[in-house]
Amino acid sequence: MKAGDFAYIRVKSVVEAVAAFKACDGEPRYLAGGQSLLPSMNLRLQAPTLLIDIARIESMRRIERRGDEIRVGALTRHAEILASSEIAGDVPLLAAAAPWVAHPAIRNKGTIGGSLALADPASEFPAVALALRARIELDDGERTRFVTAEDFFLDLYETAIEPGEILTAVWFPRASPDARFAFDELSRRRGDYALVGIAAAATFVGELIEDIRLVFFSVGPTPMRVRDAEAALRGKTLSDANIATCQAALAWDLADASEDVQTSAATRRHLASVLLRRQLHRLRPASAA
Amino acid sequence: MSETVAIALTINGERHRLRVEPRLSLADCLRHHMRLTGSHIGCEMGACGACLVLQDGRVIHGCLALAVQADGTTIQTIEGLSESGAIADLQAAFHERNALQCGFCTPGMLMSAHELLAQNPNPTREAIRDALSGNYCRCTGYEAIVDAIETTASRRARGAA
Repeated sequence: MKAGDFAYIRVKSVVEAVAAFKACDGEPRYLAGGQSLLPSMNLRLQAPTLLIDIARIESMRRIERRGDEIRVGALTRHAEILASSEIAGDVPLLAAAAPWVAHPAIRNKGTIGGSLALADPASEFPAVALALRARIELDDGERTRFVTAEDFFLDLYETAIEPGEILTAVWFPRASPDARFAFDELSRRRGDYALVGIAAAATFVGELIEDIRLVFFSVGPTPMRVRDAEAALRGKTLSDANIATCQAALAWDLADASEDVQTSAATRRHLASVLLRRQLHRLRPASAA
Repeated sequence: MSETVAIALTINGERHRLRVEPRLSLADCLRHHMRLTGSHIGCEMGACGACLVLQDGRVIHGCLALAVQADGTTIQTIEGLSESGAIADLQAAFHERNALQCGFCTPGMLMSAHELLAQNPNPTREAIRDALSGNYCRCTGYEAIVDAIETTASRRARGAA
């Protein structure tokens, strides 16, 4: 189908965008890459009365190093993340997730800010943001504030963004040299929505896990840290026995795994457990393999 | 009806100025305003890949872009790529290997293959399949399409050597 009628305005700054948003007495929406918004409008699932095109706001474009963090402008396209040497070097988990996002043509247009602002439960970047303790930069035209990924994803398609606010950048901590990362997902066909996916980040002291963050996506309304599974590994090695204990703990974390027509909660828990074991094997320091 | 918006864009090397409704997709703009019907419209939700065009050199879905968003950009459609001869070898390989039957998906397949070979001149079959993951073909079963792209890559490598 085709989208219904709406008005369109293109803006050059966040201030201008927020002003247009506030002046609209109908239902305004910000438009960036449009790779989720436009299909949902074509399907008539959404019918905003005004699209405010923010895709040409220059300040939201760059990938830059800022101290111990990498600031990824919200308008950075998935394909740009894939091609970026800064991301490959300093945020390797984000680089590892990028090829899993949709199809090549979508990656040429879709933006990281759009992905986080939409917060689709099956999408990759929200899980990466949570696994890496990213900070989300929000701007309401008057002031900038930061929300941690932990506090950003509230519920299904629900985030900490206030009406009119714009997600302007995502700040990722630069990976320390001793950190290790793994990303994987299972879907029916390449590029389809994940049935289950995982983003994992760990630091080691020798062969012992110092800290580990395990985030699953497509298992509930938001990306989800599995704290029981994490706790089962802290201070331990990634031995086969410890991995099995962690898998057992995962079943508790995912007791309320989501269910749909195609995939039961039990299937999701099983697939998550398989993915977890595979990723933990990949996280093993080379000496322990 | 919302007010129309004036846009200017380059399509297949020619500058065009037109007024469009905001709701008009780039794909519909190309087909109905420019009469460039090589970009096909299938799903209108970014799943089938029949509407792929090049925007500033990168493949995008014509159905997931508004014509107003394309203001100031450079668009190449399958007509442009075909007439310039840029993909003549790829088209010949598709023909030889019967990599199409009804042809509905072919413009999109050629677009995806064109971008893949520009970025990765020597792709594995897996990389080819990955590049085609957003293109549906309901006739061929994909095998012949992958063959044709692989053949083109190796012919270009030999030609360049």
